[in-house]
Amino acid sequence: MLFGWSNSTCEAQINGIRLAKKMGAMIDDTSSFCQGMLIEKVLQNKFKTCSLEEIRDKADVLVYWGSDAQDSEPRHLSRFSYFPRGQMRQRGYEEDRLAIAIDVRESNTAKICKGHFYRISPKGDREFIFALMDALSGKVPSYEPKKMLELAAIMKKAEFGAIFVGIGLTYSIKNDFEILVSLADMLPNFNIMPMIGHYNMRGFNEALFRETGFVNRVKFEGGAHDAKYSIVEALRTKSIDALLVVGSDPVSSLPRSLLAHLASIPVICIDPCVTMTSKIATVTIPCAVAGVEAAGTAVRMDGKIIELSKILESNYPSDERILTMFMEAL
Amino acid sequence: MPSVMELYQLLPRTNCKICGESTCMAFAVALLGRKRKIIECTPILSENFKKQKEKLESLLLPSAGAEETGMIVHPELCTGCGNCVVACPVDVANDPKGAAVGHAPTNDKVIFKIVDGKVIASNIRECRRFGKNRVLCYACIDPCPVGAIEFV
Repeated sequence: MLFGWSNSTCEAQINGIRLAKKMGAMIDDTSSFCQGMLIEKVLQNKFKTCSLEEIRDKADVLVYWGSDAQDSEPRHLSRFSYFPRGQMRQRGYEEDRLAIAIDVRESNTAKICKGHFYRISPKGDREFIFALMDALSGKVPSYEPKKMLELAAIMKKAEFGAIFVGIGLTYSIKNDFEILVSLADMLPNFNIMPMIGHYNMRGFNEALFRETGFVNRVKFEGGAHDAKYSIVEALRTKSIDALLVVGSDPVSSLPRSLLAHLASIPVICIDPCVTMTSKIATVTIPCAVAGVEAAGTAVRMDGKIIELSKILESNYPSDERILTMFMEAL
Repeated sequence: MPSVMELYQLLPRTNCKICGESTCMAFAVALLGRKRKIIECTPILSENFKKQKEKLESLLLPSAGAEETGMIVHPELCTGCGNCVVACPVDVANDPKGAAVGHAPTNDKVIFKIVDGKVIASNIRECRRFGKNRVLCYACIDPCPVGAIEFV
């Protein structure tokens, strides 16, 4: 299996997909236990979405749902969403914008949202969505009616809204995005923005989607897509006997019970940093840091392509170059 | 930060007027506003009030490094998110193409800047809490979830 990719340039990801195709290998990335399903729905145009610049210029209601953007994407609020003055929102956060946080705990984002923090119980997102849908359609919701009607009134009045879907919501509704789709249908002025952790996760998802029609969990031998081709399932069922990790650290991010099999198979790790995975890997190939020591492109969370430039010289080859050499050797 | 009552409780509370203020409470208010110094209260310098004087000094220590507007920046709490840089109305007016639209500051007229991942304050005289037409502005305090900026 070829795994990782979220911290690689688009060029390296395309090389990785080619390599997997040539070998008939399984390929997966960190989105299989992150926002993969949501991005698939966005790429299939199930949701209305927009760019971050549009949010900065036009948005008046921002909903951080299951996402602590202040801590996970520290420049998100100050650069694109809440604080900057946009073309149509010259008075910025003071008067023109309203931020709402929906979360299970009072995160730092919720502290910024102050009066508009809706605390829900863990796994309570589904109930919250149904109550909100009731409130939006004019019924009195069974769950906290006063607060829900207040929230529905704010959302109905929005001229240009954005819902930042964090991993809290994705995990809570267990990839059952149909209810989120039906909520989004009731809010024509709202855009859905997947909150992505790794800088180029969407780049991999888009590249694989173009190639196969799926965003992750693909086995090229037979061209199949299934949950059993995800890194978690593959390690659990011990269906893989070698792993290539590029720009990711599965040993830190995967459940401990899966690591026994990971440690028992040969692992090749390509990473600019020393990670837990590179320490246990059979072969570790250090590479240049993309955006600092190597140039390339990356895809931002809204789908915009960003050019990364090389600002320092390095003796290490880029991950793209290493993968090209793999192809040549094969 | 200590409250006026905390400071007042530690003063002699005799309203002796030696310092020039009409009451000890008025002196406590001036002390908190950094208009007067502890040594201007002569009775507290005596041996009897030694403990109270030390306590007062320790309470007023955090405000010792405050700017003229009373601003204190705690770099150890700052996460470098830049919310204050973008939110400050003075930064927005002085740097409409940079800080106002969410980018890093493009000139030196701004009050807040992020240097090496920590916020630093400069041009403090531009702050809305300073000068004749001062207002009680909270634009940099409210956006900071970790409380790295405070006013005394």
